[in-house]
Amino acid sequence: MLKGFLDRYLERFSWVSFFLRLFQIAAIIIIVVGVYNTLTTAKYTNAQWVTLVFAGLAQGSIYALIALGYTLVYGILLMINFAHGEVYMAGAFTAVFLANYQAESGFLARSPWLAILSWLALAVVVSTVIAILLERIAYRPLRNAPRLVPLITAIGASFVLQYTFRGFYGTVFRSYPTVPALQGTVNVFGAQVPLVQLVVLIAAIILMVILYFFVDRTKRGKAMRSVSEDHDVSRLMGINIDRIIVTTFALGGALAGAAGIFNGLFRPQGVFFFMGFFPGLKAFTAAVLGGIGNVRGAFIGGLLLGVIESLFPNLILEGLGIPAVNQLRDAFGFTMLVLILIFRPQGIFGERLAEKKA
Amino acid sequence: MEEKPRPTWQIILRSGILGGGIAAYLCLVGLVEAFSERFLIGSFLTLGEVMLVTGILIAGLLTARELKDNKILATGSSLLSGVVSSLPLILLIFITMLFVLRPEILGATYNLRDMFVNLSPELVEILTLGQGLDNLALGILLLILLSALMSLLGAAFVLLPRRWSLGLISGIAWVLVIGIFSDTVSQIVRQVAGQGMIRVIFVNEALTPQAAVIIFAIAFVTGFFSVHTRIQTRWEGIPQTQQSRTRMILLLAAFGFLLVLPWVVGLFLSQALFTVGLFVMMCLGLNIVVGYAGLLDLGYVAFFAFGAYTMGILTTTGSLGRGGLNFWMAIPFCILVGVVWGLILGFPVLRLRGDYLAIVTLGFGEIIRILALSDWLAPFEGGAQGVLHIPYPNFLGIIFDSPQYMYYVVIAGGLIAAFVTIRLRESRLGRQWMAMREDEDVAEAMGINLVQTKLLAFAIGASFGALAGGVWAARLGNIFPHSFNLLISINALAVIIIGGMGSIPGVIIGALVLVGMPELLREFTEYRYLMYGILLIIMMLVRPEGLLPEATRRRELHTGEDENFEPVSQQPVGSDR
Amino acid sequence: MAPILRSENVTKRFGGLIAVSNFDVEVEEHSISAVIGPNGAGKTTFFNCITGFYVPEEGEIYFGGRTIQGLSPDLITKSGIARTYQNIRLFANMTAIENILVGQHPRLKSSWISSIFKTRGQQEEEALALEEANRLLRYVGLTGLGDQLAHNLPYGAQRRLEIARALASQPVLLLLDEPTAGMNPQESAEMMVFIRTLRDDLGITILLIEHDMRVVMGISEQISVMDFGEKIAEGNPKEIQGNPRVIEAYLGRGAAAGLELETRSNGN
Repeated sequence: MLKGFLDRYLERFSWVSFFLRLFQIAAIIIIVVGVYNTLTTAKYTNAQWVTLVFAGLAQGSIYALIALGYTLVYGILLMINFAHGEVYMAGAFTAVFLANYQAESGFLARSPWLAILSWLALAVVVSTVIAILLERIAYRPLRNAPRLVPLITAIGASFVLQYTFRGFYGTVFRSYPTVPALQGTVNVFGAQVPLVQLVVLIAAIILMVILYFFVDRTKRGKAMRSVSEDHDVSRLMGINIDRIIVTTFALGGALAGAAGIFNGLFRPQGVFFFMGFFPGLKAFTAAVLGGIGNVRGAFIGGLLLGVIESLFPNLILEGLGIPAVNQLRDAFGFTMLVLILIFRPQGIFGERLAEKKA
Repeated sequence: MEEKPRPTWQIILRSGILGGGIAAYLCLVGLVEAFSERFLIGSFLTLGEVMLVTGILIAGLLTARELKDNKILATGSSLLSGVVSSLPLILLIFITMLFVLRPEILGATYNLRDMFVNLSPELVEILTLGQGLDNLALGILLLILLSALMSLLGAAFVLLPRRWSLGLISGIAWVLVIGIFSDTVSQIVRQVAGQGMIRVIFVNEALTPQAAVIIFAIAFVTGFFSVHTRIQTRWEGIPQTQQSRTRMILLLAAFGFLLVLPWVVGLFLSQALFTVGLFVMMCLGLNIVVGYAGLLDLGYVAFFAFGAYTMGILTTTGSLGRGGLNFWMAIPFCILVGVVWGLILGFPVLRLRGDYLAIVTLGFGEIIRILALSDWLAPFEGGAQGVLHIPYPNFLGIIFDSPQYMYYVVIAGGLIAAFVTIRLRESRLGRQWMAMREDEDVAEAMGINLVQTKLLAFAIGASFGALAGGVWAARLGNIFPHSFNLLISINALAVIIIGGMGSIPGVIIGALVLVGMPELLREFTEYRYLMYGILLIIMMLVRPEGLLPEATRRRELHTGEDENFEPVSQQPVGSDR
Repeated sequence: MAPILRSENVTKRFGGLIAVSNFDVEVEEHSISAVIGPNGAGKTTFFNCITGFYVPEEGEIYFGGRTIQGLSPDLITKSGIARTYQNIRLFANMTAIENILVGQHPRLKSSWISSIFKTRGQQEEEALALEEANRLLRYVGLTGLGDQLAHNLPYGAQRRLEIARALASQPVLLLLDEPTAGMNPQESAEMMVFIRTLRDDLGITILLIEHDMRVVMGISEQISVMDFGEKIAEGNPKEIQGNPRVIEAYLGRGAAAGLELETRSNGN
């Protein structure tokens, strides 16, 4: 009896599940030990933690805006638009010239809000155009191809965009001018939080709300949701699929363009042709974290990822006695991606999509 | 595609603007100017000018292709679309003039060159065919004329009788190729025929006009009489046994040629050959993972890095050294480390679907690079300082300090990799991989253990990558974490996709074109990844199977040979899931 | 005689949807049995439970006397069950011969290391496998098409190739998922004859799914009817044909009532 039971169990035993479980337990132990050590040594004050959280939220709102582009496109085409990070770069890299020109000419000092709006407009237009071109040239002809074909095309497109802008604007690192009106700090829970971080966070939330209403209330938005459910049925309902897909890319592009300016506001340095690659990957992580295909999930995933990235290296790794934790910040984001995809591929809000037996 | 034929003026406008747009893009991105110093023929034609007219050629070609039923109309239209395609370039000239060179005309306060770095006086010089702003009207007139002519040339490819256009294309292609690789060709000519010959063919690294004409004539004749097809038909006429014997002899000759190659081409080219061989070795490994097993791995550089670091740490004479092995003793450890890490990194992604797998492996690659850079692991592998003082291999007292020796190591490694790949492909495991690539669920329902099959693909693929990494470390002598970036993974991926997934000749051709060519064209380095990107996109759009796709082998025992059956209509198999 | 395949109370849910509910079936050895039912009745889901692609939430599936649910699909195939698919799923970019060679996978033993060194054992095994693949190709009537890529074959040939691939593992039980889907009546009839020949030649057990009630009646010895995941009838073809619940499931309640009246009046 017992032997029969044991045999039955052993036959169904899966090394993969076993090791993954082990891996999961190890990850949890590492996190708990790290957090415990850090908190008991009281290396940081509460105010410092609050500062870190807000820095993370500001960074996270950038991720969130880019992540929306991934999630919208994935929702409709079931493809990872690998080149989306470059769409973000295109807007930010173009608008930096306008920004610097306005800073030199004194326009920025005279009417800062108008200036920032004009950067936003330029970046949004450029990113949107790039996103639409991308869809038209690279993805539309491949709509019915096997899954990996559009992904490889997207990788190609990502490099074309990077090196195109490198060719256009050169290899010099540019930076956004500092906006005097956004300097200074605000006291939140006893911590001095830079004003610009709050502004970025609020602006991102406003954009998100606008997007939400667009998708939820407008006719075009409803058509988008219908297309993401079923292409053929939507076509029968008289929806122009091509136009909806272009709209989706345009929306994603516009949000990425805006993200580029917000990024320039609170982290002015490092504007160059490769600047979109890592934020793009992180934003993809955020989209997966929130459940890819889910608009609300992408936004919350983005904020969450920003906070995780900002807090956890100090919170966990320092407790484990690892030196120079800031060097490992990027690795942390990627580790998050791997962990999510392995243990909860459906993300926080999403359906189970990453596994084959969907 | 579209049912209604477009009106002629629309065709002219569309192709003209597209062609002109491509030309303007190449100007803005800097390709035209970057190659403007690279003379192809004497001091007449530069590679930059060739770049410039490529777009215009396309304009003529497109126009002519759509109107090819009416030759006279097509000729006239392509002439017009050439004129149209010069418009974006003329616009570029004026923009440069008004916002960069002569801001006082409009009172422009912003120098547009701060933004678009390629809006330079040199560009205007090139676009006005050397006339510059002083003779602007004449320059623009010349540009329009040139565009019209080039558009006609493009149309000629389509409109001329097949033989003529084949001759033309092959003539132009050969002159271009020899002109572009004049450096390489002249080195080979020097070794083979001596200095005197070079003076006849080359002047200042460019073809002499006489040589260009002769090459064009020869290539034109071979194209015109389609010598290739004739040889092929003759070849197919030869009986089977003789065919295989000839093939054997050719193979041996090729092998012999490979063996003496580094001494023929000299030091510089040997280094390029070494790099190509290294990539062949590495890409054969990636080919197993991506081409056979269908697992898109974007973090393949990790295994290359593991191999290089293993070699570095085990053999270095520096402070990080452990073990103090020599190159040959360290090689098995490189492979072993590759296999182990292939398994470790393969394990978590076993259950992920294709595109997610790609992103996660990319993440792995980056994590490994960041860890290698960090201070945390620096005591073990040097951090940002890397591993220094890795000795050259030493074989029977010969120190492999030049690429000419290392070339043989790479050739040996490549041959082993190719051998293993071929044997596995023909085996049960190869079929497992391909079945899994085609349809994972069905493969599992055929009794294939997916876990084992995937892990074997990762491990064997990783071992080739690590081997290449080890050899590379020994050639370089110093390794730094910065070298192991994503671009290497992309490079390798581009090689196998453009060469043809799953095909060994494809990998070799891919490596020669994508790795060898940029090594030889110094000006090209800047634009290498732009080219890769464009090639990847074009390849996926036009020819997703690659340049030399894997051939299907004939295996059925020919028992019922008499049945003649027609290749059958395309019936979709199963769903696309 | 003990049944070769037996399912007890098999239930499979997808979220709130119950695809298969308390499904019992017994398949006698060497029989041709069928599971029929209207579209979406849960037949294919049931097949997927047998082959291990899904794990049923409840119930047990016995094959040759031991339970197999929860085993991974490759292990179930190795224990002697092979299947085909409703919407043909061949390895599209492999040749017909290679498809059959993959099917033989569970019976081959040579390791990958031996194939690198081409040991004698491995070569002999490969030669035998190739010979067997060719034999199967002839058996299903595809001689001469072995070197064609699977996706270049005509539809009917693809169906037969899929059966050949399933037979290559030398199964005890062969599951056929709508083997006549997309065929005209003439082709369907031929396929039915072929299925019976298969059973008689090879002495295997066949369980098939059909959507079309008429085509199975001729060859099945035992039929289970499924509707909304539940078994609504069971028996030999005669019993099924007269069963009002089956008619109801296929044609709707009203039609069934009318039909019933008709038979009654005819009987009288």
